[in-house]
Amino acid sequence: MNQYLLSVYGVEGEALPSPEVIQKMYADVDALNKVIQREGAWVFGGGLHPASSATVVRAKNDEILFTDGPFSEAKEQIGGFWVIKCKDLDAALKWASKATVACGRPVEVRPFQEPAA
Amino acid sequence: MAATLPALEVERVFRECSGRAVATLARRFGDLGLAEEMVQEAFVQALDHWPREGLPASPPGWIITTALRAALDRVRREASRDERQRESVRLFGPDEPDAADEGPVLDDQLRLMFTCCHPALAPNVQVALTLRLVAGLETREIARAFLVPEATMAQRLVRAKNKIRDAKIPYRVPAPEELGERLRWVLAVVYFVFNEGYVASSGPELGRTDLTREAVRLARHLVELMPDEHEAVGLLALLLLIESRRAARTAADGALVPLGEQDRSRWDAALVAEGQALVRRCLVANRPGPYQIQAAINAVHSDAPRAAMTAWQQIVALYDQLYALTPTPIVALNRAVAVAELGSPAQALASVEALELDGYHLYHAVRADLLARLGRLVEADASYARAASLSANAGELGLIARRRAELASRLARAAN
Repeated sequence: MNQYLLSVYGVEGEALPSPEVIQKMYADVDALNKVIQREGAWVFGGGLHPASSATVVRAKNDEILFTDGPFSEAKEQIGGFWVIKCKDLDAALKWASKATVACGRPVEVRPFQEPAA
Repeated sequence: MAATLPALEVERVFRECSGRAVATLARRFGDLGLAEEMVQEAFVQALDHWPREGLPASPPGWIITTALRAALDRVRREASRDERQRESVRLFGPDEPDAADEGPVLDDQLRLMFTCCHPALAPNVQVALTLRLVAGLETREIARAFLVPEATMAQRLVRAKNKIRDAKIPYRVPAPEELGERLRWVLAVVYFVFNEGYVASSGPELGRTDLTREAVRLARHLVELMPDEHEAVGLLALLLLIESRRAARTAADGALVPLGEQDRSRWDAALVAEGQALVRRCLVANRPGPYQIQAAINAVHSDAPRAAMTAWQQIVALYDQLYALTPTPIVALNRAVAVAELGSPAQALASVEALELDGYHLYHAVRADLLARLGRLVEADASYARAASLSANAGELGLIARRRAELASRLARAAN
């Protein structure tokens, strides 16, 4: 079994959809999570607070530095992710297709170096 | 007997079978990069052995055996390598491969084709991989064909093979329910390769690898592997029928000769017959798709001994069928050309002008043709000028220049 990171991307500061649409997204993602678990593909997953809540930590010389905000200044930031385990990229792409429909955002699929435990 | 075999001939024979060898090794070792390297190694050995000893009885068998031996040596030497390769040595053992076993070999080649044309790879990457691994072209040749530096193409290929390995793009023929959708990608790659070659062969870029020939070879190969996939048959028929007109398509000065003005005696009769037979096979199967319909349109053209005898009614009907499947403005543009030939240039112009294709040179060329037929010569000339500004192809530019010269003399006659 291989592991894949499915990251959900959003554009920071973009207007949010209506509360009804958001509610439906939550419900759809919830339902999808149950299917992923039932099929034995679940490793971990969750939604994240906005990138503005992030802190970057760096080691410089003997010092540890904190920087307020996300590492990348890009407008597109990760809003949540899944880690799934499955046979190959085709299987991962199938899960990602369901995921993008459920959360209404683009999903990036990236393989882990290590196979699933 | 000391046979002398020129290196070029070794290269040709080798290319014919290298796709099979890469496909077989890739399945054995689960590693496309290794498969490619070892087949390359076998090529180096072939360059040494074949000219001295003559062609082996079965060149593909020789290549697969030699490459497998090289791969097993390599894997044994690097015992710390990937677990899967050691696994594979353990599973298959160091025995000689059974290269004569055709069934799995065909499957391997299909697997390789579908892996190279996986939709998770960018289209230009699919094309490069297919030419390298399936068609057996050298990286240098592919780079030259696409006018990019060899280092760029090499890097593109390495990245692609790494992605296949790291992301675990599966090495298999898609399940029946996915096959149609995935086959579309494979056919699109072959068609793209053909079109690249087609445009290049009517331009000044002599010395580019003959991509049209490679595309025809790939299409033939696909039909051998999947004789019941009608769109694959349709694609092969389409390519053969277009290819049959190669000699008639370019004037002595390099300008493109449009279909209606070609010397049809210069069409390749064997290719026409083969293409038409394939079209008939598709018609009997009666499972039309876009490539089959385009092939049928070309078969109608090929049927006419003179341009004036073209069955335009039939062509318009086929374009209607094509438009129903793929409603693109390009199809609508081609349909309009056929409508004009049926004697309705005004109607054709109206439908052309409704299309949003302002950035496409052929849109302006077709519009110019129609305007010229309707006697609107000044507007026609402006439209040709716009078409010329959008094309960089010497053959097309030559044809446009000729058309504009014809317009100029018509205008001069009208002024007198």
